Amino acid sequence: MGVSVGDVAEPRTFGPVTRTDIVRYAGASGDFNPIHHDETFATAAGFPTVFSIGMYQAALLATYATDWLGAETIRRFTVRFSDQVWPGDVLTCSGRVVGIEPSEEGPTAEVELTCTRQTGATAIAATAAFVI
Amino acid sequence: MSFEVPIERGKIREFARAAYSQNPAYDSPGAVIPPTFLTTAANFWGDGTHPASQLGFELARVLHGGEEYEFFGRPPHAGQTLTASPRLGERWEKEGKRGGVMRFAKIVTEYRDAAGSLVAEQRTTVIETAKPPKQEG
Repeated sequence: MGVSVGDVAEPRTFGPVTRTDIVRYAGASGDFNPIHHDETFATAAGFPTVFSIGMYQAALLATYATDWLGAETIRRFTVRFSDQVWPGDVLTCSGRVVGIEPSEEGPTAEVELTCTRQTGATAIAATAAFVI
Repeated sequence: MSFEVPIERGKIREFARAAYSQNPAYDSPGAVIPPTFLTTAANFWGDGTHPASQLGFELARVLHGGEEYEFFGRPPHAGQTLTASPRLGERWEKEGKRGGVMRFAKIVTEYRDAAGSLVAEQRTTVIETAKPPKQEG
């Protein structure tokens, strides 16, 4: 696969995020913090409704990244959380190759990834490395 | 504080589907794990004690700042049993935007295969947000 600095991946959108999406991820990951699925709990805590699990957005961004550059060849995935994600949000993932570095396994692509909300705010930002 | 983490095909498939992935790499007898899959390890296989509880952070002010997963070769795959060893990593402080001190800590978890080789490392950043020096009201 020819991968060069400056390559960008075709953006992909996920959503609108549903409560079912959040619950399915909660079950798959074992994260049962009620703030993410229990409306009564969330509103009692002062939130307008439940909000998504940060690691759910991270998993979506990882889906996007591994479809682009490979599930078997990923060597690092680093994610930082910025903005909360709410039911109804539409998330757009994008990615760009920012460097090619040598490694013991051969050249490795360093990529920057973002997952933005429909408001334009970055929900999460990530970097990743893939053997190419 | 170590615990065993069996890597299971069905859990990989369930996790990949929850993340809207149809990548065939996550759906075969030797399926690899999705990049953030090890977030499930402590939830399903941990013994309930976690180094984060030793930080002394006030729970109401704790945020999940970020996660890093590093794989030392092809990611772990279905059929393996890994041993997870979490420990407290680096700690640091920063002044909050509205005064007070923000405290940061890393939890580092090593994952080793049956031969004892390090196959993955997870680094979790935990933040305790600042308590403003003077509380109002």
